[in-house]
Amino acid sequence: MTLPVQLLWLIPALPLLVAGIGALTRHRGVALAAIFAMAGSFALSCLALAGALQDPSVHATYNFAWFDLGHGALRLGFLLDPLTALMTTMVTFVGTLIFIFSLGYMKEDKNFSRFFCFLSLFAAAMLGLLVANSLLLLFVCWELVGLASYLLIGFWFHKPSAAAAAKKAFITTRIGDLGFLLGLLWLADSTGSLLFYDGGQGVLEATALASLSGQTLACGLALSTAIGLLIFCGAVGKSGQFPLHVWLPDAMEGPTPVSALIHAATMVAAGVFLVARVYPLMSADALLAAVPVHALTVVAFIGAITALMGALIACAQNDIKRILAFSTVSQLGYMMLALGVGSSTAAIFHLLTHAFFKALLFLGAGSVIHAAHHEQDIRQLGGLRTKMKVTFATFAIGMMALSGVPFLFSGFWSKEAILHAAHEWDVSHLPLYAGLCAVVLTAFYMTRLVAETFFGKPRSHGAEHAHENSAVMTAPLVILAVCAVLLGFLGTPYWPWLQKTLDPHYEATHGGLGLMLLSIGLVGAGLGLGWALYGRKLRTTAAARDPLDTAAPAVMAVLADRLGFDELYAATVGRLNSATAAFADFLDRYVIGGLVTFLAQLGIFSGGVNRQVDEANLNGGFDAVSESVRGSGLFYSRKQTGETHGYLRVVAVAFVLLALVLALGGVR
Amino acid sequence: MTPLHLCLLISTALFCIGLFGALARSNTILVLLGIELMLNAANINFIAFWRYGPSHGAANGMIFVLFSIAVAAAEAAVGLALIIAVYRHQKNIRLQEATVLKG
Amino acid sequence: MIVALIIIGVLILGSAAAAMLRRNLIHSALLLVASWTGVAAFYLWAGAEFLAFAQILVYAGAISMVVLFAVLLTRQSRDAELPVEPATVTRTASAFAVTASLAAVIGAAVSTARFPASAAEAPSATVKEIGLDLMQEHGAALLIVGIILTVALIGATVIASTDKKRDPEDAP
Repeated sequence: MTLPVQLLWLIPALPLLVAGIGALTRHRGVALAAIFAMAGSFALSCLALAGALQDPSVHATYNFAWFDLGHGALRLGFLLDPLTALMTTMVTFVGTLIFIFSLGYMKEDKNFSRFFCFLSLFAAAMLGLLVANSLLLLFVCWELVGLASYLLIGFWFHKPSAAAAAKKAFITTRIGDLGFLLGLLWLADSTGSLLFYDGGQGVLEATALASLSGQTLACGLALSTAIGLLIFCGAVGKSGQFPLHVWLPDAMEGPTPVSALIHAATMVAAGVFLVARVYPLMSADALLAAVPVHALTVVAFIGAITALMGALIACAQNDIKRILAFSTVSQLGYMMLALGVGSSTAAIFHLLTHAFFKALLFLGAGSVIHAAHHEQDIRQLGGLRTKMKVTFATFAIGMMALSGVPFLFSGFWSKEAILHAAHEWDVSHLPLYAGLCAVVLTAFYMTRLVAETFFGKPRSHGAEHAHENSAVMTAPLVILAVCAVLLGFLGTPYWPWLQKTLDPHYEATHGGLGLMLLSIGLVGAGLGLGWALYGRKLRTTAAARDPLDTAAPAVMAVLADRLGFDELYAATVGRLNSATAAFADFLDRYVIGGLVTFLAQLGIFSGGVNRQVDEANLNGGFDAVSESVRGSGLFYSRKQTGETHGYLRVVAVAFVLLALVLALGGVR
Repeated sequence: MTPLHLCLLISTALFCIGLFGALARSNTILVLLGIELMLNAANINFIAFWRYGPSHGAANGMIFVLFSIAVAAAEAAVGLALIIAVYRHQKNIRLQEATVLKG
Repeated sequence: MIVALIIIGVLILGSAAAAMLRRNLIHSALLLVASWTGVAAFYLWAGAEFLAFAQILVYAGAISMVVLFAVLLTRQSRDAELPVEPATVTRTASAFAVTASLAAVIGAAVSTARFPASAAEAPSATVKEIGLDLMQEHGAALLIVGIILTVALIGATVIASTDKKRDPEDAP
């Protein structure tokens, strides 16, 4: 039994339905409904996956007209291929576990149902993003996940830091989305379609790609490169890549399950997914020799920078969630690096494994935070190993997966795939070196994290009274831990099932054993260094200085300050923005406002003139007329004295005059 | 000096006497009587011209005087009634004091 | 004839002038009766006997009675007779000036006027002729005069009567 592509919309529709219900009611049952909806979506995803695996090379599409627009119709569609199916399966599976975990984590929150409403909205948008066969539909869902992310980061909006973080996340990703939107519009303008696959007419199919890569812009870039890079801007924003990574650590102000689901496993991976989805477009310029830069080269270097930078900063953080956040930034950089060096399969592989073990780590962190009464500072924790055995065990598995401990853990295999791809990249080996550095650093800071959190003695009241959480929170941890181990075996060089599924033309390369040994050595070095610095001599008090801080305080201060990106942006972008705003304010206030004031004054002046004319001339005229009427009336009323003798006298005089006239004029 | 001239002079004199009375006297009754005298003077003229006028045979002059007398009678009746009303209002009949209707 | 006319004229003018100048109203009224009778005599002199009778009836009979009643009804006490005011003097002077100028103008006009010669015989005007004339040629005017007299009679009664309802304290 498989899920036909026509019914693919059911996968996002189920959580969307729950989100709609959750918007209307505050009943706690919304949470259960959301879990069942996610479970249902997971079941449907499995069916879809089964269908997709029957013939991995087929892009099954179902396109339909949304509305008529001018001469044509705006068309949307659903797409079912292994990428979609694997992603939806992963998202629904991890989502279901995190939903279940949230039952326990958010139990005491008074906005319990609202939380699940938002989570369901997020899940619906994320799944819609995955099944979209249209860049437009993908963009719509893309913005919706951004909205859900905003709502969930700011879920505890009464905390000013949470509200600020939500705003920061929204605005920062919006900068990237602007590029995405421009690329989308440019693509629509160039090809007349936004469907990925449309029976030969889609933008990711040979005709359109040839046309796009054949055109050269004024700056020498191929058109496909320009559009690809613009779309990549969206991925940079959403996936927290350098230089738009600043929002992701702050997003940890949201509830921990949100961090696990959105800011570790799924949404931030959407950027990687996007690049993987439009990979044919991104790589369309690969064969062009004359262009100044290939799109994927940019992607690779951005990824490399991000991977190294994230890992570096993570070493100097003290907040358990922030360490994991920078780790996520770093791992996302890895994925971008993989995409850039031409191995989308390695990127997706790492995306999937990372989703599981990073969700596991975040949920473990959530479990710790929940148990330790919302204490997040690793310096304040400690000694939880014995108090929270399940959490410690699963967290350790996640830590080892992330560090790339060889052979048993999934992170090792996916990381190996990436390093291998980077090694084979013939443009530059710099990304490979950055990746190798990041391997050491990752192992190092994860060791530090585990050592500080779980070993030693409790260093705060919260940690002292911590105890293991209920099964509703530990069960997802165990399941995720199992997955974090097993998932790696889907893509080993010896049985590259995943790679072959995603890319039918994939050919396993058995070389690079030396690289693997080097990487194992580096992981060992990182772990050993971490243990040497933090494990051997355990922290005893919360106020004790970090060994690295003692060694190189200046470097650590800069790293703790996240390399000063926030300050840099505040000083440059923020100040530019303020200056622009001030200029606009000046324009508005004095130029436009002045013009308006001038016009208004002109109106007032002409009104005054009008009034003067009216009062002086017209009114004067009317006043004079009425005054004369009144005056003459007064005059004649004076004449009317009531003295009958006077009247008679006037009559008599008039009679005399009449007689005189008659006598002189002579009427004979 | 024909009789007609004499008649006309008499009527002129009578008219002037009446006019003087109407203008000069303050008693309203005398003013009214002065006006009656002026009417009589006019009647004398009618009769004079009837008697010595150029056209004979027509009784127009007499008829006119007859109507004039009738109107004078009516005028005297109404005028004296008015005088009584004025007297009742202001307790005298001095014309210069009856100025209530002034503007 | 002329002599008779002169005598009649003197009678008319003399009594009229005296009536206008006397301070006593009763005397004035009586003198006016004499003047009106003189006018009637003039009518007789001119050959209009019917008019003379009408004049006697209306003026000497009716109007003089009405005037006498009015004088008696509005009579004031001797004490109320005011001394001659300055306003009265100026009024009299101006009245005299107007009257004199009128007399001069009309007198001069009449004196210098020339009339065509006329028959010495008085035109015949019997009562029957006048009656026929009135009823035939001037019937409409006669009717209108009748209406005027009726209206004047009713009006005079209404004006002179006391409206007790409206202002009872005004009752004499």
